[in-house]
Parts: sequence; structure tokens; C-alpha cells
Amino acid sequence: MARGIRDRVVILGMGCSKFGERWDAGPEELMVEAFDEALGDAGIEKSQIDAAWLGVFFQEQSTGKSGLPLSQALRLPNIPVTRVENLCATGTESLRGAVYAVAAGAADIALAMGVEKLKDTGFGGLPERTKGATEDLWLPNSTAPGSFAQLASAYSNVHKRDMNDLKRAMAHISVKSHRNGALNPKAHLQREISEDDVLNAPMVAYPLGLYDCCGVSDGAACAIVCTPEVAAKLGRRDAVAIKALQLAPSNGYELTNDGWDGSHTLTTRLAAERAYAEAGISDPKTELDVMEVHDCFSITELVLMEDLGVSEPGRAIDDVLDGRYDYDGAIPCQIDGGLKCFGHPIGASGLRMAYEIYLQLNGRADRRQLDAPSTGLAQNLGGVPNRNVASVAIYGLTDLKG
Amino acid sequence: MSRDDVGILACGAYVPRARLPATLVGGAHGWFSPSLKKAGDGRRSFCNWDEDSVTMAVEAARDCLARSDAASIGRVELASTTLPFADRSNAGLLREALDLPDDANLSDSGGSLRAASAATLRALENDDGRAALVIGSDCVETKPASAQEATHGHAAAAIVVGKGDPLARLKGSASLHQDFVDHYRSAGERFNYTLEARWTRDAGYRQQTRDVYARALADAGIGADGVHHVAVAAPPALAKAVARIVGATSVIGSELAKQAGFCGAAEPMLKLVAALQSADAGETVVLVSLGQGIDVLVFEIVKPCSSRSLALQLESGADETNYCRYLALRRLLGLDEGIRAERDNRTAQSAAWRKHESITGFKGGLCTACGTLQFPQSVVCVNCGSGHTQEPFRLADLKGRVRSFTEDWLAYTPSPPLIFGNVGFEKGANVMMEFTDAAAGEIEVGMPVELCFRIKDFDDRRQFRRYFWKPFPPRGASDG
Repeated sequence: MARGIRDRVVILGMGCSKFGERWDAGPEELMVEAFDEALGDAGIEKSQIDAAWLGVFFQEQSTGKSGLPLSQALRLPNIPVTRVENLCATGTESLRGAVYAVAAGAADIALAMGVEKLKDTGFGGLPERTKGATEDLWLPNSTAPGSFAQLASAYSNVHKRDMNDLKRAMAHISVKSHRNGALNPKAHLQREISEDDVLNAPMVAYPLGLYDCCGVSDGAACAIVCTPEVAAKLGRRDAVAIKALQLAPSNGYELTNDGWDGSHTLTTRLAAERAYAEAGISDPKTELDVMEVHDCFSITELVLMEDLGVSEPGRAIDDVLDGRYDYDGAIPCQIDGGLKCFGHPIGASGLRMAYEIYLQLNGRADRRQLDAPSTGLAQNLGGVPNRNVASVAIYGLTDLKG
Repeated sequence: MSRDDVGILACGAYVPRARLPATLVGGAHGWFSPSLKKAGDGRRSFCNWDEDSVTMAVEAARDCLARSDAASIGRVELASTTLPFADRSNAGLLREALDLPDDANLSDSGGSLRAASAATLRALENDDGRAALVIGSDCVETKPASAQEATHGHAAAAIVVGKGDPLARLKGSASLHQDFVDHYRSAGERFNYTLEARWTRDAGYRQQTRDVYARALADAGIGADGVHHVAVAAPPALAKAVARIVGATSVIGSELAKQAGFCGAAEPMLKLVAALQSADAGETVVLVSLGQGIDVLVFEIVKPCSSRSLALQLESGADETNYCRYLALRRLLGLDEGIRAERDNRTAQSAAWRKHESITGFKGGLCTACGTLQFPQSVVCVNCGSGHTQEPFRLADLKGRVRSFTEDWLAYTPSPPLIFGNVGFEKGANVMMEFTDAAAGEIEVGMPVELCFRIKDFDDRRQFRRYFWKPFPPRGASDG
């Protein structure tokens, strides 16, 4: 077994732009906003960065291809910049590139940036695009809510749970996230909502109503990472370390085979299993203090609780309704408001999640601060339930004095 | 070759589920044309947004081939005045969808409402040793508030002609051509221009039908008293008049007129199928087909068709309740479909050609190493990982089961919501598919579904349309 990434790389600084309908900002302004915060946080000069990774999903949506948009926006001194894309796990993939470069010794200090400018389409929802020359011939012209809504009909059927109970648990998830997001000045949506608001909202894709869906926003987030030795040399006494970074893409099984029952995400289960092993976590139910998961839709967050092993199969409904994932529950989930309140600028989301975990572990989360968390998890699910890329990252505090 | 060697071996029909009640038309246009208020309590069939003459022809042929041998077909005659392509073999597209032999002799014909009766005569009288599939299919659009709107429908019907154990034999026939313009539609136009019905009847068909009818009976060697049933393929009032003119005592197809309306070039085939599925053994049925002249075909029923598929489909329609929705589905009313609908649906023809058997014939890959069926066919098996082990395996005729679904109100579709989901098939296959002919609330997890050939997308910028297969809930008689 490979040695893995645990404790080999730490976060020196992070930044996150205000998320929202940023009519005032393009990808350039968003990236600079996140980067300026991160650079100040890291306490280094731009010239000390050896290499950078840029995560962008909709390249055609104004940001552009290649590493150039980042190199140009930040006026980087011609250091290597690699653009990555892995669906909604793009932000985490960008971090993975920077972390691996530092762990490999190829860079002392590396930058991971994720950005997405979605609100230049002129219509609501995600940009409309073709699925490619071959898949357009047969795949339905589906939307993201429509694809994720399938989880609900399958989950209800597989676990024989009444759709009304499931809808109530899904509503609880959205109410909880809005309560958290209301305390976050960087969130897109900063307003509390009620269970009735959720249950009576217009239908987007059965059974998902408007408040079961995350927003569509613009935003950027970034991390500056280095080895523990470099951090110590820069005067740090402790730091948030990468404990695990795992990725599991589908191989077509869920899309083509009826062995998958449609009620869960196969890839998250695999990525979580590997991440727990890499981080040395044997019981996620008790060892995780805070989680940011891919709550693109309320039903996604619900099934992810089971896929991540913090709820038993078929029991997430009860755990959610019992408040296990509320701000004062056993494992607060989406303490920053989640995708639900931040929206989902695709390339940025993974790094935005890491940003909140980073703040929480450092005790800098302001009004959202939890009581001394030491281990946090961030999970992304890129694509749709029957074909996706799941990433699981685990972060923990590490002592640099030794 | 004697007429007795060749006969009609099988028959089938397709009537779209959607029906436009005459009362809905009267309610919409009565202010403008009071006579439409008295259009009666009938209804006509109309294509869903994703149907056309090719998709209906495919479904009628599948109904027919369910009781026949598809591999024996050596000839395809597709007759319609509304074929979607002027220069692309429509019968060839249909052949791929039906997975018929690729050396079959294919013909698209049109130009007249008699196209299908003429094709039937050709098949019966010019036997080339291989079975012929003859299909009539038509979806002529009717101008809003026209006299045809509530009485002219869309449908298709098919027969297989060949040697074997026939349902019916042709005993005699006669034809007349006359360039009689009682209605016409110029190339590229959507609507017919129709002249006064009494003139059509009295000047165009009264004496002429008597003459041709008599010639056909003489050819069959029977007298008028030897005819048990008459089936007239013509718009309702003219059909009634012609039946009277030839002295018919029993007329075939009254339900067809009430439930589907007059279906253009499909009408003679629909009437013939109605006869084959209702007349008794030993009876003589005369089919009269009108359109710039007359075809009269005299059939002897040898054994009635075991299927009542046409009657079942006529019974299982769903009445439209919203006249504007009917207009929108038939693209007779341009709704603001929003920016999402601006997506470019250009088809990469080179990719479509690489995948044509998978897409048009809906064939997946059956792994010969582990027996797992998968769509699309792939190089490496999703189950056992073996490479290059998959053989094409047709899913189109399988029954599926809904494994998950949603009603998507955000996605663009001409008929919201877009209903799609995972459909499970035998041998382990799962395919994410778009449903059709189902309204919100009709699909459930676990529901059995069948598949039909439909338009997947229109590409209006390039005047192209692409096709794929869609699941639908089986039509029950309770729908109507």
C-alpha cells in the first residue's frame, strides 16, 4: 500500500470570495479576491509560489481553457499553471494537484485555485450544453435537479420509506443549512427559511422543490499549501494538515447495470473507505467533528450521510430529523451554509468547503465557530448519481513544533 | 403467378394516444365559425410532439411483425404524404429501426391518398418471392378552425404480403386515375387546400366509383350480393356517400372515424386492418380507396386476424383537454420556449453513423463471457472486464421496469415536464431514458414499460430530426 498523503502537506493560507450573483465580477475579479485573502493569510509573497493549479468546469462559460486565466489574472511570474476539470469535484482536484506536487517535492509552495462564473447565461439554473457527439444521440436532455431527484424515488422505494417522511427530512436539511448560512457573510443566500417554505415551494424536478436545490452562483476559493517543514520555517507552530485526499470516478456500472439500485452513490462509498484508511479513521461516526458535503440537492446530502458511513443504511431520514447534523448535533454538516446557501460555482466548491473546515479547525469561523473541532471532512460529488466523480478530503490539526 | 399463392399474412396498426375532441375544437373556434360548435362528440388522433409518419409506421409495423417473421421481409413499401425526409430513405430509416434484412428492396411513395392502396396492389400482384411489408402512415396537419381540424387524424397501419397461410386473399381489383383536384397540398406546405365536398362527391366520385367498383367485382367474379362488407377510405362525409353509391349493406371502420378521424394516406390500410381484425372467415370485403381516382380491391377473408390491436388502440386514447397544448405540440402555435430551448441540437453525422445500429435499432452489447447486457455496447464489459466479447443484442422489443424517475420542470422539452429515469431490462441492463406518452403523476417506480421509436430532438437550424427509443406505460383500455 502506498504511503498516502497523510500529514505530508499543510495549508499555509486560504481565501474565498463572496459567493453570489456577482454581476460586478468576472472570473478575474473573483480569483483576485480569493487570492488576495489567501496570500495575506499565508504571509508570503506571490513570488514564493512555485506552481499553481486552476480548477474550472464550464471553460466555455467565460473563464476559458488552460492555465492562462489564472496566470493572467494574478500576473504570476510565468510559473507552471495546470488547469484541471473533474466535474463538481474540480475544486478538490485542483487542491489535489497542488498537494501532490508539494508531497512529491516538486514544489515547496503551491497554489490551488477554483473559480466559476455561472451567471452570464441570461437564464436561471446551470448553463445548457450538449453532452457530446455520441451521448446526445440517446441520453435524455436532463438537468442536474432531474438527475439527482432520481435518488429520492429510488431511495423511497429501496428502503420502503414513505415519500412524505423523506420530503420532511429533506426539508430539515435545507432549513438547517439556511440557518447556518444566515450567519455567513460570504454566503449567497443569508436568510433563514422554514420547513413550510420548503414543502410548499414550486416543484423543480419531482420530488425536489425550489428549496431542495442549491443556488447557482459565482465564486472563487483558493489554498496555498506547503510541506510542514516549510510552514515551520515560516514560523507556524501548528497547521491544518491534509489527512486524506481520495477520488473515485464511476466506471459505467451504475449507468448500464441494474446491480446498482439507484438509491445511493457508489463512488462516495469507495472514496470514503479509502480516505478513512488514508487518514487512519476507524469510526467516522465518532472521529469526525465537522463535515462539508456535496449538498447540491437536499436528497444528495441525505444519502451521502449513509455513503460516508455516519448514518446506517436507510436510517439517514431519522438521523437528519433527530438533528444529528444540525449545528448543535453530533456532526455538524454544512456549518457554513453549504452549497445550499453558497450556490455551486463548480470549480470553486471543493475549495470553498475546505475553506470552512480550515476556518473551523483554526478557530476562526466567527459566529459559526464550533467547539474546538480537530478533524473535518469535505466531500464532492461531480456529475449525476448514475455517473459521477466523488472526492473525499479529510483535514486535521497538526503540531509543527516537533 | 396466381393470386391464390400470395395473400396478406399479418396486419397491425398504430393510433397515437393523443385525441382531440371535436367539442374542444368547437369551444375554441365556435366564436369564429359557429358550424364547428356542431361538430359532434367524436375525436381525432394526433401525433405527440415526438411522433411523425416514420415513427408511427415503425409502431404499426412492429404490431404487424409481432405476428409475422421479420427476417422474411424482402421488400418494404412505405406510403405517406408526410414523410419527414425528401432525400433520405424514410423506408431505410424504418428498416433500421425494425432491424429488417439490409438487402430488402425499399420504397418511399406518396403524392396521393391512394399511395398505400397502390402499394398494396403492387405487392399482391407483383410477387418477387420474398415477403413485402406495406405500410400507410400519415400525419397531415390541419389548419386551425378548418373543417378538417376535428375530423382528420394521424395514424398508421401495416400488412405483410407473401406466400404462406394467409389472413386474406385478393380476389380482384380495378383502378382509375383522374387528375381531379378536390384538395391539394403543394410541396413543402403544411396544410391542404380543400374544395366544396358536394362537388367532390357529385362530379368526382359518384359515377366513377360505380364504374370502377363494378369492374373490380367483375374481375373477382362476384356480383354485388357476394359482398359482405365495404370499407371506404375517404373523409367521413364522402366515405358515407360512396358507401351508399355502391350499395353497401355493412360498412367497416365506423369506430375509426369516431376515434381517430380520417387519416390521409394511412386510411386505406387502417380500413383494411379493421376488416382483417373484424370480418369472419369466408366473407368478402371490398376496399374502396379515393384520391385523384379510385382503387377498388376485393378481398376474401381466409381466417380472421387473432389480434384486436386496432380496436384496442382506438379505445385507449387520452382526450386532450387544452386546445393550446394541442396547437403547441403540433407546432401550430409558437410558444416562448425560453433561452434554454436555444441549445444547438446539431447531430454529428459521423458519430451517428458509427452508432447507427445502437441508436436506431436500439442494440446494446451482450457479453459472451458473462452474459451481461449493457447499453451502449462497449469494448470492455462493465461486469466481468473482458474485452471485445460483446455481441449486438436488441433491446427495442424488451419490456423494462422503472427503477427511478423524475418529472423535470427545468429541462427543456416541448411537453413539460421532461420525465426520465433509469429503466432496468433483462440480463442486467440499465438505461437512463426519456419517457413519452405519460403525464405528470403517471410514472411510478416498479412500473413495467414498453419501448417505442420516437423523435429525440429537432434541429430547426438544419431542418434535421434525430430519433431514439423511449419507454412508455402500456396503454390500457381504461385511459380513454
